[in-house]
Amino acid sequence: MRHILSVLLENEPGALSRVVGLFSQRNFNIETLTVAATDDPTLSRITITTTGIDKVVEQITKQLNKLVDVVKVVDLTEGDHIERELMMVKYKASGAARDEIKRTADIFRGQIIDITPTTYVVQLVGSSKKLDAFIEALDSSHLIEVVRTGVSGIARGEKTLSI
Amino acid sequence: MELLSGAQMLIRALHDQGITKIYGYPGGSVLHIYDAIFQQQDIEHILVRHEQAATHMADAYARATGKAGVALVTSGPGATNAITGIATAYCDSIPMVVITGQVPSHLIGEDAFQETDMIGISRPVVKHSFSVKHPSEIPGIVKKAFHIAESGRPGPVVIDVPKDMTNPTDKFEYIFPKTVKMRSYNPVSKGHSGQIKKAFDLLINAKRPIIYAGGGVILGRACDELIELAQALNYPVTNTLMGLGGYPGTDRQSVGMLGMHGSYEANMTMHHSDMIFAVGVRFDDRVTNGLDKFCPTAKIVHIDIDPTSISKNVRADVPIVGPAKVVLQEFLKLLKASKVQADKEALKTWWHQIDEWRTRHAGRYLTDDSEKMKPQQVIEMLSKVTNGDAYVCSDVGQHQMFAAQYYKFNKPNRWINSGGLGTMGFGFPAAMGVKVNFPDADVACVTGEGSIQMNIQELSTCSQYNIPVKIICLNNGSLGMVRQWQDMNYESRHSHSYMESLPDFVKLAEAYGHVGIRVEKYEDLEDAMRRAFAMKDKLVFMDIIVDEHEHVYPMQIPRGAMRDMLLSKTERT
Ligand SMILES: Cc1ncc(C[n+]2csc(CCOP(=O)(O)OP(=O)(O)O)c2C)c(N)n1
Ligand SMILES: [Mg+2]
Repeated sequence: MRHILSVLLENEPGALSRVVGLFSQRNFNIETLTVAATDDPTLSRITITTTGIDKVVEQITKQLNKLVDVVKVVDLTEGDHIERELMMVKYKASGAARDEIKRTADIFRGQIIDITPTTYVVQLVGSSKKLDAFIEALDSSHLIEVVRTGVSGIARGEKTLSI
Repeated sequence: MELLSGAQMLIRALHDQGITKIYGYPGGSVLHIYDAIFQQQDIEHILVRHEQAATHMADAYARATGKAGVALVTSGPGATNAITGIATAYCDSIPMVVITGQVPSHLIGEDAFQETDMIGISRPVVKHSFSVKHPSEIPGIVKKAFHIAESGRPGPVVIDVPKDMTNPTDKFEYIFPKTVKMRSYNPVSKGHSGQIKKAFDLLINAKRPIIYAGGGVILGRACDELIELAQALNYPVTNTLMGLGGYPGTDRQSVGMLGMHGSYEANMTMHHSDMIFAVGVRFDDRVTNGLDKFCPTAKIVHIDIDPTSISKNVRADVPIVGPAKVVLQEFLKLLKASKVQADKEALKTWWHQIDEWRTRHAGRYLTDDSEKMKPQQVIEMLSKVTNGDAYVCSDVGQHQMFAAQYYKFNKPNRWINSGGLGTMGFGFPAAMGVKVNFPDADVACVTGEGSIQMNIQELSTCSQYNIPVKIICLNNGSLGMVRQWQDMNYESRHSHSYMESLPDFVKLAEAYGHVGIRVEKYEDLEDAMRRAFAMKDKLVFMDIIVDEHEHVYPMQIPRGAMRDMLLSKTERT
């Protein structure tokens, strides 16, 4: 099962490396990881996506909680939540492909944010699945480069992650 | 207002923390700190001969007292030499504060002379670490470091101090905080009462119970509560390697150590139990043997301060996160108020079965007509000569298992060994760390001719500070534990497990100004050992020649159940 873990931690040097180190040290897998300071500059928020059986994810959550710098951990996938990821994709865009890319980007509500006579950069925001679908939808022979931010997530409704 | 340099603050803060002794080795990055040490009397510094020994000394102080020990080392090689000691403490959850020098802030990242990223290198083996960014932070960091090291599940904490943070001319106001508050670190202070009630039901209704008590009982100072509960219930108790002494080893209810080299009766009792009451343990692989065959009929109550230890290897039916002492007190209260009592009839049958296992003496050593002493005989003699009351600091190998099996520990904090990491070289510095803090106690280092050579240079430290430990070297002329595995699994191909060109340990001890005694015959052992312990102010190196063919038994059969054991070279369960 795929899980999205949201982690609040002290915004201090070395704190992130403790989190990342924990994953490699214990053979846990990280699929995506995003991090930035929150509205409170003394706190960072990390979103990690990982896949594993429940027992392993339970261990990961406990181990994260055990880190001295970590203030709070929640598994967003335990409740209703929203997840978004941003992707930029560079395509060879000449001839018929130029239209094709534009059309597909429109359908996915993406934007073309950089244009040269031979290339496009498409920006797309959505769930990871949607981003995957976009890449699938276009002929991969046009594709030059993909960059994705990794998942950010937030609980729906009243639920919050704060101290 | 008092103005102090960072170096002075560090020493003062240690003093304010109640520290009287630190163990260390100087070098470029810590010279300011050493200069501050020179100019004060509050803290005694003991100069070791290798940084690893400093960390083991601090560690052993912690194991004997429950309070964090302190080591001080320089940057680069000093810091890396300390890593083994830090990892040793980490694996056994021992509180320790290690202060490492670092190159000056402006050189960090420049590949400067003696620069290593100590925060990075130590990260997987510390509970937490701090890097000093401003001298005025030092008292607060020291306070936090001790708080983190000693509370919750204890562990080592590193404080990395760039040299410019200790500059003698930069002085700041010294304020030692009275309390620590950290929003991100709040260890639990009690167990969940609903869970405790549920667990109590299982406990009191068990027909074939066993109490499985580990190092957490000792670290959590919960031995009195454990003893009271076990005795009120009349339930059998087994201790882990780390928990020895947590329940008196000579008491009738003790079935001894469990696990890979545990007693026959302990492993049998575990396997056949219907309720395991686990306190301060972690269902380590050296205990459980094959997980799929582990104690098939047992319900499991698991009490631990660290939630990550619970249901990690073996699923607990009733998990309780909390300090052993407080949680066991709750159980005692419930027991006193309980209408239901332990099932006396069932217990009678259970004890009958356990005593039957016990009287088989399965897996115990036998003497034969070989000239050489059995290593187990030496440990039994040590137990006799010291009335089971010594601090026994062990190295790693067969001798360690013999010590665990045959020394009868009746008190906690007396058995000091590297259980989790299994660090050869631990025993001797550990014994030193205990002896300097308990000068009147009998302190023995049980070691092998292999292990002792991993920190033998400390004989010099012992001459300098007159640290009269007794070294009980079970000399089998080989890396016995390795040899045993080679005998069992590699058709006795003894690849690099024998020790050629051993030094003459008697002469070596004498060269450092100590006393050396060689014992080759069992008839001479008692007398020699009594002489050694009678020399109160002398380090005595007892080089005791023992049978190199002896194996440690019982030994669990890999991937089997707890009850699957080899009992000798020819018998199995
Ligand atoms: C630092 C370190 N290196 C290697 C080992 C692997 N090892 C475990 S026991 C052992 C043999 C120990 O020999 P000795 O100290 O003579 O004890 P004996 O088993 O003979 O009693 C070895 C090499 C270890 N535990 N620690
Ligand atoms: Mg040996």
